[in-house]
Amino acid sequence: MTALAAKRRHPAAFAFLLLLALLVTGTAYAAFAPRPAQAATLGADQVVEGKKLFQANCSTCHGLNAEGKSLGDGTEAGPALAGVGASAVDFQMGTGRMPLAAPGIQAQRQQKILFTPEQISQVAAYIASLAPGPAVPTSSDYDPATGNAAKGGALFRVNCAMCHNFAGSGGALTRGKYAPSLMGVAPKDVYEAMVTGPQSMPVFNDTNIDPQGKRDIIAFLQTVHDSPTPGGMKLGALGPVSEGLFAWIFGLGILIGCAMWLGQKSA
Amino acid sequence: MSEHDTPDTAVVPADDFGHGAVRLDEGHVIGTGGLPDRFENPGLPPHQPRMSDLTEAGAKRAEKQVAALFSVSILGTLVFLVSYFAIARDTYVFIPGIGDVDLSNVVLGTSLGAALLGIGLGAVHWAKTLMPDHESVEMRHTMRSSEERRQGFVDTLRAGGETSQLTRRPLIKVTLGAAMGLFALPLLVQLVGGLGRLPKNELSLTYWSGEVGPDGKPHFKPLRLARDPEGTPIKAEDVTIGSVFHVQPDGLLPDPTSDEPELRAGLESGILEAKSKAAVLLMRLNPSDIKSQKEKDWGYDGIVAYSKICTHVGCPVGLYEQQTHHLLCPCHQSTFDVTDDCKVIFGPAKRPLPQLKITVDDEGYLIATQPFREAVGPSFWERGQ
Repeated sequence: MTALAAKRRHPAAFAFLLLLALLVTGTAYAAFAPRPAQAATLGADQVVEGKKLFQANCSTCHGLNAEGKSLGDGTEAGPALAGVGASAVDFQMGTGRMPLAAPGIQAQRQQKILFTPEQISQVAAYIASLAPGPAVPTSSDYDPATGNAAKGGALFRVNCAMCHNFAGSGGALTRGKYAPSLMGVAPKDVYEAMVTGPQSMPVFNDTNIDPQGKRDIIAFLQTVHDSPTPGGMKLGALGPVSEGLFAWIFGLGILIGCAMWLGQKSA
Repeated sequence: MSEHDTPDTAVVPADDFGHGAVRLDEGHVIGTGGLPDRFENPGLPPHQPRMSDLTEAGAKRAEKQVAALFSVSILGTLVFLVSYFAIARDTYVFIPGIGDVDLSNVVLGTSLGAALLGIGLGAVHWAKTLMPDHESVEMRHTMRSSEERRQGFVDTLRAGGETSQLTRRPLIKVTLGAAMGLFALPLLVQLVGGLGRLPKNELSLTYWSGEVGPDGKPHFKPLRLARDPEGTPIKAEDVTIGSVFHVQPDGLLPDPTSDEPELRAGLESGILEAKSKAAVLLMRLNPSDIKSQKEKDWGYDGIVAYSKICTHVGCPVGLYEQQTHHLLCPCHQSTFDVTDDCKVIFGPAKRPLPQLKITVDDEGYLIATQPFREAVGPSFWERGQ
């Protein structure tokens, strides 16, 4: 302590203290300063950037001005996008479904997302500027902690379970289309899918299932996902089909093996 | 007749394919080409003596094997008893290939399996190695008894009838027959009575039809369409294009704010049965997509309501694809086209889904203007009467 006190009249002490004060203030500011809300700014330059990105990456199927493109034989290369809203763009591009990797029955979720969140929000700003549509939800909209899993379960069984399975593990639709599994899907993606109704899925707007109901459903899915499996292997949680197949192949296989052993002569 | 009318390839002579079909006495085995008059009985394969019969060491080994299998069972039972008390429930461990499992579940199941299997395998191995392996043959004989025995049976029966005076006193014969025949009726009545009372017109009515009065006829009253499971009414403007609402008639669903016991009371008083008949799907299509004029007339501005109960065997047809407007039944893949009055376009269902005629009331809520015109769900005998 005495050594420190002796040094306080040192010529460099003032400069050192000044530097220290600047450093502390700067760090504190960086830590506590409000971040600019990037998704909320639908600035003109965002829209311009988004339009550029759109025309470079999406216009082959959706048309240069997102007006959609018909293939002439009654089918369309891509639908018109006016009015689908920023939420639809955020869902389709944020899960890697768009840009479509290859033409197929149904756009599939991709592991590798080709665009940065900023680029996606730019395209979303451009699409949202065409016509009003559902906006990208904020984190408080889909926070599973504020949902009631029991009520969510009741809503899920009426509105979702017929396609996505009672345990949210997905199921088949007509002609090769399918409802994907909901296990491990981010709450934001679930919320956006309900609001926008991607591909075959119907729209569940706020007058059908109110935002609290959507949070309840997300909380239910979280509960199902987190609940342990005492027996181990879930076999896809698909119900009697996969479980029956397992029993028929392995159970019957063992029984047949036993029967053959019983009938064999011992040497 | 031009050249194009006649096929280029003329009829190929049969000889090109060989010498006709293979005869019964020809085969892959090179032989004389003739069938034997009679196949000889090959007899039983020669008896193979077992190791345990030949040497005392072999028998000792078999004895040890059987004892080891029984010991596996003993060990399994002991492990079961100990782990039943020792391992706490909800102890999760990771087992490769199976994943996270409840340890108590796995150990109890495996040890009990080993305990049972040990007894079974030991007993079978014992029988196969140490118990006598004498082979005995029992020859088949014809099922039909000999003529003398058949005649003897008839004679005995006739003699019995004579001595009991049954043939001489027809009154006894008739009354006995009547008594025994009638006795079948109480059994039959119980069987048929156990099927429950006749449904009368209940299968044709739903909650939409209104309350059934003392005259046995329903008294229709326009009901609002309500969301399932919340029970809140739906405004026409709430239903946007591409959305699907799962609907029950207003007043049928229990109040969502009610407590658990009331809900349970509701379930006991037949709400589930009523719900399963009255369930409706509400969709909004672009009116120009709708091909059927009746569907347009019975809907409201592109909003259409159809029974959710499949006409095949009554599963809920809930899988609506908003791009193709197909409704798919998850049970047997019956597919209905919502743009064309829910006609069947695939699957085992035979009739389109019944449509519920809807409009809006003064406050803008969707209401049913008439009950279903036909019975919902699968077919039954009295359907359409």
